Amino acid sequence: MPKVTFIDADGTRHEVEGKNGISLMEIALSNNIDGIEAECGGSCMCATCHCFIEDDFTAGVPAMESDEDEMLGFTAVDRKPSSRLSCQIKMADELDGIEVQLPSEQN
Amino acid sequence: MVAAASGSVGGNPVIIIGGGQAAVQLCLALRKQKVATPILMLSEEAEYPYHRPPLSKSFLSGETDEEKLAMRPVSFYETKDVQVKLNTVVSAIDTVKQTVATESAEFTYEALVVATGARPRPLPLDSAYIDDGHLLDGVHLLRDVQHSRAIKSALEEASNVVVIGAGFIGLEFASVASAMAKNVTVFDTADRVMARAVSPDISSWFEQTHRANNISIRLGDSVREIIGDEKVTRVIASSGEELDCDLLVVGIGVLPNVELAAAAGIDCDNGIVVNKYCETSVANVYAIGDCSYHPNSFYSNKMIRLESVQNATDQARVAAGCIAGDKKPYHAVPWFWSDQGEHSLQMAGLSDAADQFVRRAGATDDNFSVFHFSAAKLQSVDSVNSPRDHMLARKLIAEQVSPTPEQAADPEFDLKSLLP
Ligand SMILES: Cc1cc2nc3c(=O)[nH]c(=O)nc-3n(C[C@H](O)[C@H](O)[C@H](O)COP(=O)(O)OP(=O)(O)OC[C@H]3O[C@@H](n4cnc5c(N)ncnc54)[C@H](O)[C@@H]3O)c2cc1C
Ligand code: FES
Repeated sequence: MPKVTFIDADGTRHEVEGKNGISLMEIALSNNIDGIEAECGGSCMCATCHCFIEDDFTAGVPAMESDEDEMLGFTAVDRKPSSRLSCQIKMADELDGIEVQLPSEQN
Repeated sequence: MVAAASGSVGGNPVIIIGGGQAAVQLCLALRKQKVATPILMLSEEAEYPYHRPPLSKSFLSGETDEEKLAMRPVSFYETKDVQVKLNTVVSAIDTVKQTVATESAEFTYEALVVATGARPRPLPLDSAYIDDGHLLDGVHLLRDVQHSRAIKSALEEASNVVVIGAGFIGLEFASVASAMAKNVTVFDTADRVMARAVSPDISSWFEQTHRANNISIRLGDSVREIIGDEKVTRVIASSGEELDCDLLVVGIGVLPNVELAAAAGIDCDNGIVVNKYCETSVANVYAIGDCSYHPNSFYSNKMIRLESVQNATDQARVAAGCIAGDKKPYHAVPWFWSDQGEHSLQMAGLSDAADQFVRRAGATDDNFSVFHFSAAKLQSVDSVNSPRDHMLARKLIAEQVSPTPEQAADPEFDLKSLLP
């Protein structure tokens, strides 16, 4: 299974396996990673699943749709160019080894 | 307030009655606030807490699997020192002894949070029930995962679907059924769809859109009688018309689960009455989520009851703050969403007081928002396929800056420029 590394705001790394087709948000929750809250359950309505995906890892990551773009204006920690909503990115083979940085706060 | 210091495990738990959206958010918020007290969650349901919104949308359509409904994996509760007792109905609260009782046990609480949610309003039609008070086969309510599973499996065979109630849940379900090429008829006694929740403009847009998708919508009409011996076969409308029906879904609103609190002497009205801290009339007892009747600070502290993920989540944080000794009042702009077929409806704010509705056009006829004003001050915004307007509305209302109705109506005017 492809691997994902979630990195807490304090630098702690969690390397976990992710099933294809499952969102990064769901992978984080099923591994009890606290940095993702996901209040709306993946409906792109809450922005509490905010994460950062740096350039080195964006290959294969789908471009964002307008609702994600708008929602990113509502994050607890300021949006950066690398900001994404983890509920909108589904795991795929091309994302194997992806690193997902988590913000210090989600709401 | 209970011991907020870390490490003070042991002693009586914070008890949560209910295992829904609000309950999970409370666990999260308590642990985030470093409350180390054990948590005991008592839920009458057979499942660990799950998301309800997909139950009338993507779960029914098959897009979301059952395993994705869970709010958290089972291991989460252990990790967070939350003991969950499923299939456990709380039958009484004793606010003097500070205990709650189930059929077989009694538990003492350090603090009690009532998060009992709401239940579907029963259909007031004798013909919907069989002798023992159960619903006739083929007649369904929609609140929990068991309801949704039953509807999902009934949909496989059904051809003629009738929905009573053109509210969010009724229309979401109708959209799913019609996308499966069922013959769908929706009844509502009101003269427009979602009449209690959205502006007339939005109602008529959705009415037309659903009609264009072959959903038959009967307004100012309802079902007078349900016919069927073992299973529903037909319904008779108040207008006299008879329709074939093999699946009937009722979505006529909910009733807050207040009886338990009321029997314990806690003040109840249209919900369990709480103040801005989610405190009930009895010390050390909080109520959050769909069951709470609470003041909203953005609307002159008007008492309201909300059925939304937003409210359950935000109130959970407020109650957790009180329990942690970091008391902060509830101060949140209500928001809600409803996905109906391909279309997304998003609402921000409360519209009851509106005296002026202004339409803001979007890129196509399928993207627009309606801004609601009262005395020229922005109250709320309903958006159709316009996430940008919705997010701006949440910010504008939160910041209490109002565009003029003219600015709202002008799609060229940059609403963002009004924000600090
Ligand atoms: C089909 C459907 C679709 C929805 N769609 C949306 C949407 O799109 N957007 C949105 O914002 N909101 C939506 N909602 C509303 C949202 O799900 C609710 O507002 C939210 O679940 C409220 O959380 P709660 O914890 O207050 O109540 P609930 O989630 O209802 O949880 C209450 C829990 O308490 C339990 N309980 C009650 N009494 C007792 C007792 N005496 N002892 C033990 N347990 C008890 C219940 O069984 C239940 O598990 C939808 C709801 C439904 C039903
Ligand atoms: S989980 Fe709510 S926006 Fe991603």
